[in-house]
Amino acid sequence: MEEEDAAADPYLPYDGGGDTIPLQEIPRRGSNYAMSNGGGVASSTTHLLDFLEEPIPGVGTYDDFHTIDWVREKCKDRERHRKINSKKKESAWEFTKSLYDAWSGWLVVTLTGLASGALAGLIDIAADWMNDLKEGVCLSAMWFNHEQCCWTSNETTFAERDKCLQWKSWAELILGQAEGPGSYIMNYFMYIYWALSFAFLAVCLVKVFAPYACGSGIPEIKTILSGFIIRGYLGKWTLMIKTITLVLAVASGLSLGKEGPLVHVACCCGNIFSYLFPKYSKNEAKKREVLSAASAAGVSVAFGAPIGGVLFSLEEVSYYFPLKTLWRSFFAALVAAFVLRSINPFGNSRLVLFYVEYHTPWYLFELIPFILLGVFGGLWGAFFIRANIAWCRRRKSTRFGKYPVLEVILVAAITAVVAFPNPYTRQNTSELIKELFTDCGPLESSQLCQYRSQMNGSKAFTDNPNRPAGPGVYSAMWQLCLALIFKIIMTIFTFGLKVPSGLFIPSMAIGAIAGRIVGIAVEQLAYYHHDWFLFKEWCEVGADCITPGLYAMVGAAACLGGVTRMTVSLVVIVFELTGGLEYIVPLMAAVMTSKWVGDAFGREGIYEAHIRLNGYPFLDAKEEFTHTTLAREVMRPRRSDPPLAVLTQDDLTVEELQGVINETSYNGFPVIVSKESQRLVGFALRRDITIAIENARRKQEGIMLNSRVYFTQHAPTLPADSPRPLKLRSILDMSPFTVTDHTPMEIVVDIFRKLGLRQCLVTHNGRLLGIITKKDILRHMAQMANQDPESIMFN
Amino acid sequence: MKSVFVVEVLSLFCFVLLSQVTAKNSEDIRCKCICPPYRDIEGQIYNQNVSLKDCNCLHVVEPMPVDGKDVEAYCLRCECKYEERSSDTIKVTIIIYLSILGLLLLYMVYLTLLEPMLKRRLFGHSQLIQSDDDVGDQQPFANAHNVLSRSHSRPNMLNKVEHAQQRWRRQVQEQRKSVFDRHVVLS
Repeated sequence: MEEEDAAADPYLPYDGGGDTIPLQEIPRRGSNYAMSNGGGVASSTTHLLDFLEEPIPGVGTYDDFHTIDWVREKCKDRERHRKINSKKKESAWEFTKSLYDAWSGWLVVTLTGLASGALAGLIDIAADWMNDLKEGVCLSAMWFNHEQCCWTSNETTFAERDKCLQWKSWAELILGQAEGPGSYIMNYFMYIYWALSFAFLAVCLVKVFAPYACGSGIPEIKTILSGFIIRGYLGKWTLMIKTITLVLAVASGLSLGKEGPLVHVACCCGNIFSYLFPKYSKNEAKKREVLSAASAAGVSVAFGAPIGGVLFSLEEVSYYFPLKTLWRSFFAALVAAFVLRSINPFGNSRLVLFYVEYHTPWYLFELIPFILLGVFGGLWGAFFIRANIAWCRRRKSTRFGKYPVLEVILVAAITAVVAFPNPYTRQNTSELIKELFTDCGPLESSQLCQYRSQMNGSKAFTDNPNRPAGPGVYSAMWQLCLALIFKIIMTIFTFGLKVPSGLFIPSMAIGAIAGRIVGIAVEQLAYYHHDWFLFKEWCEVGADCITPGLYAMVGAAACLGGVTRMTVSLVVIVFELTGGLEYIVPLMAAVMTSKWVGDAFGREGIYEAHIRLNGYPFLDAKEEFTHTTLAREVMRPRRSDPPLAVLTQDDLTVEELQGVINETSYNGFPVIVSKESQRLVGFALRRDITIAIENARRKQEGIMLNSRVYFTQHAPTLPADSPRPLKLRSILDMSPFTVTDHTPMEIVVDIFRKLGLRQCLVTHNGRLLGIITKKDILRHMAQMANQDPESIMFN
Repeated sequence: MKSVFVVEVLSLFCFVLLSQVTAKNSEDIRCKCICPPYRDIEGQIYNQNVSLKDCNCLHVVEPMPVDGKDVEAYCLRCECKYEERSSDTIKVTIIIYLSILGLLLLYMVYLTLLEPMLKRRLFGHSQLIQSDDDVGDQQPFANAHNVLSRSHSRPNMLNKVEHAQQRWRRQVQEQRKSVFDRHVVLS
C-alpha cells in the first residue's frame, strides 16, 4: 500500500514517526508488516507486539539538573488534548472526563491558593509568638505573644499599654525583679540564648532533613520556571522543613525576611498538588504554569498584595507567561489572600503588619529628597549585590563554606549581641518598619515622636504641625543611624546562609530607616528655615507639611527596587500595602531613579547575580544579544575538537551504540542517513536511548550485543542468522530544529529564547555540520561579556 | 509519606474553617478607644470587651474624665475601633507547630544518634560501611534502573516502608552533597 512505499523512500520528510504511534494506525500497519529477517510464527507475533505495546515507560522524562524540551512538552500536551477531545462525543463518561480535564487547572490553582494561605497564616502566627519568646512568656496563656497577652488589659495610659500582669520577662521569672542592671543583663543573656538555640535548631533541621530548604529560593525557582529540573527542590520534605525552619530563622533575630521563602513554600504546594492530576504531573511545561500561579500566591500572602503578586510572578519569576496563566495566577493570589484574611493572624483584619493609611498630601519640592532616596537605594543595591556575591563566592570556593552550622551560629551570635542594646534592632524588623511608616499621631509616645510642643497650656493638643524636634527625636535619630549601619553590614552576611532567608524585609527596613532620617531632616529644615522660598510657597507655619512616614515608605521602595531591580510590581506592591493612590508619583520617581542608578553599576539584580554565581543555565530574556557572531563560530565541534558524535540510521549494533554512549557525555546524538551523505534524519536523546535499550533487553527476546539498531520505519535487510534487530524509531525526534552555519547568532539566541530549545543543529548546504546547545550559547554570551565562560555548569 | 502530608494539609484546612465557625469567645472581642490629650488631661487608651453596637465613646470610656458639658467635645476627639481575634486559632496553630517541631527533633535525634548506635550493636562494624555507599547519578544507566524498577510491585508493607526510607535517605544525602560539599546548588 502507499503507506509502505512512502515509508521506504528516505527523501520524504514525514512518514508518521515520532514519540507516540497514533493508535488508529497500528492495526493497518501490523497486518502489512514485511518481515525482513528469518522468523517463524513466534517472531511474527512478537513483531505485532512491538507495535501494540505501550510507549516505553520512562521515555520523555528528564534527568536531574537537565533542561526540559519545551517544544516536546507542548506537543505532548496538544496530543493529549486532541485525544481527549476526539473521545469526548463517545459517551457521557468520556464527556465528564474531558470536563474534568478542562477544569483540573482551576482545581490545582484553588488548592494551591488554599494551602499557601493556610501555611502563611501558620508561619505568621508561629513567628510572632517565637519572636516574643526571646523576651518573656505569657503566664496565663503560653501561646500568646506579648501583644496578644496584653490584649485585654485595662491599662489606660499609652506608656503602660504594653505592660500587663500576665506578661513576664525572663528576668522577672528568673530573678524576680523587672528593673535594674541585673535584670537587664539577665534579659540580654536570655535573648542571646534563645536566638542561638533557634538558629542552631534551624540549621540542624535543614542539614539533616532537607538541604534544599536553605536560602531564599527565588533564583532556583526562576531557573526551574525557565525549564530546568531540580529534583526534590519543590518536594514534600522541602516544604515541611522550609515552613518550620523559616519560623525559627525569623525568630532568632537574624537580619532576614520571610517573603522569598514564602514564594518557595507556595511553589512547593503548587508542585505537590499538580501531582494529583496527570495532566500536570506528566507534563513539565504545564506544571510550570501552575508554578507561576503559585509564586503569585506566595507574594500575595507575603505582602497582602494580590495584584502585586501577579505582577511579581510576571516580571521576576516566570519565563513564559501566557494569558491563561495570568488569569489563573490572579485567582490563586486572591484565594490565598482570602484564606489568610479569614485566619486573621493579626487580629485586625489586615493582611500585613505594616498596612498604613494616611492621606496627607505631598508637595512638588519633596521630589528632590525622594529622588535622593532613589539614588541612595540604587547605590545601596549595587553595593549590596557586589558585596553579597563576593561573600557567597568566598563561601563557595574556600574553606569558609565547610562549616555551615558554625557559620550560622556565629552570625546569629553577632547579630544578637549587637542588636539587643539598640531598641530599634531588638524589635522584630516588621514592627520596626511599621513604626517607621506610621506618622506621628496625636498620641504617639515613641521616641521618634517626642517633638517639643510649641504651645503650652491652653492648646496642648495641636494637629501635628511642624515642630522642632525634642531630645527624644535626636537620640532616636542616632540610634536609627547605628541601626542602619548594622543592618547594612549584617544583611550581607546573612543572605545566603544555610537557613531560609529572604531579602525583602531587610531591604525595606534599610530604606525605611534612611527615609525616615531624611524625612525628619527635611521636616526640621522646613521648621527652622521656613522663610526659604521653597518652604514659604507650600508650607505654612503651624500647618502640617512634611510627613516623615511617607519618606520612610519611599525609601523602603527605593532600596527594594535597587536590590531586586523590580519596577512595576514593586510600585503596585507598595501601593497595595499603603492604599494610597496619591503616592504613586513619588514611589515611581524613587523606584525609577534607583533602577537607573543601580543599572549604571551592573545590569543584574540580586537574583540574576545568584543565578550566574551558581552557573544555572538561565537564558535571560531581558538581556539583548548585540554581537555580530555567526552560528558557525559558536557551534560544536570546533576545529580542535573531535568530530561530531552521530548515529547512523541503520548501521549500528547495540554494542557500538552502547560504546558511543559510554565514551561520550553528550545529552543527545543526531541521527544521519549514512556517513557518506551526512543528511539529517532526526535527533535522539541519551536518556531515551539508554532506557529503550534496557527495556528492550528486559522485555524482548533475542536482542543481543550484535543486534542491529535501526531508526527507520522498516528494518534493514540482514543475513538470515543475525539476531533480532532493535527498532528505536519511537524515541527519535523527527523534527529537530536546524539553522545554517551563516545564521547570525542574534537570530539563534532569539530562537532559543522564544521556543525554549535545548539544542539546535547546524547544517551547511543541507549536510549536518555541528550542534549548538543552550550551554554553548550561555558560554558564548559570557565570553562576549568578558566573564568566565567555564562558570556555566549545567546543561 | 504522601498520605501523611495530605492528612496534615487537610487538618490545616479544617482549622481554617473552624476559626470561622467557632463561637466567639467573649474574651476575644474588644473595643479600643484612643483619646488624645484634652486640656490638662493626658492621652488615654480605653479597652473594654463590648460588642460592635456598643463600641462608642460613651460606653467604653469609663470613668469619664471630664464633666457633663465637655463630654461631647472630649468624645469627638476620641477614635473608637472594634477589634476581634480568635484565640482558639492561635492556640491550635502554636500547638500544631510545636508538635511538628517536637516530632522532627525526635526523628532527628533518632537518625543522627540512635540509629547508628543500634545498627552497630546489631550488625557490627562491617555493615555500616556497606549501607553508606550511594548510587551516584553519573552512571548513564543508573537512573534508567530507577525508572524501570518503579513499576515492580512490592507485596510486603514493611519492606515498602524500609525501601522508601532508604530511597529518601539516599536522596537527602545527594542533596546534602550538592549543597554543602560541592556547593553546586544554592551557594
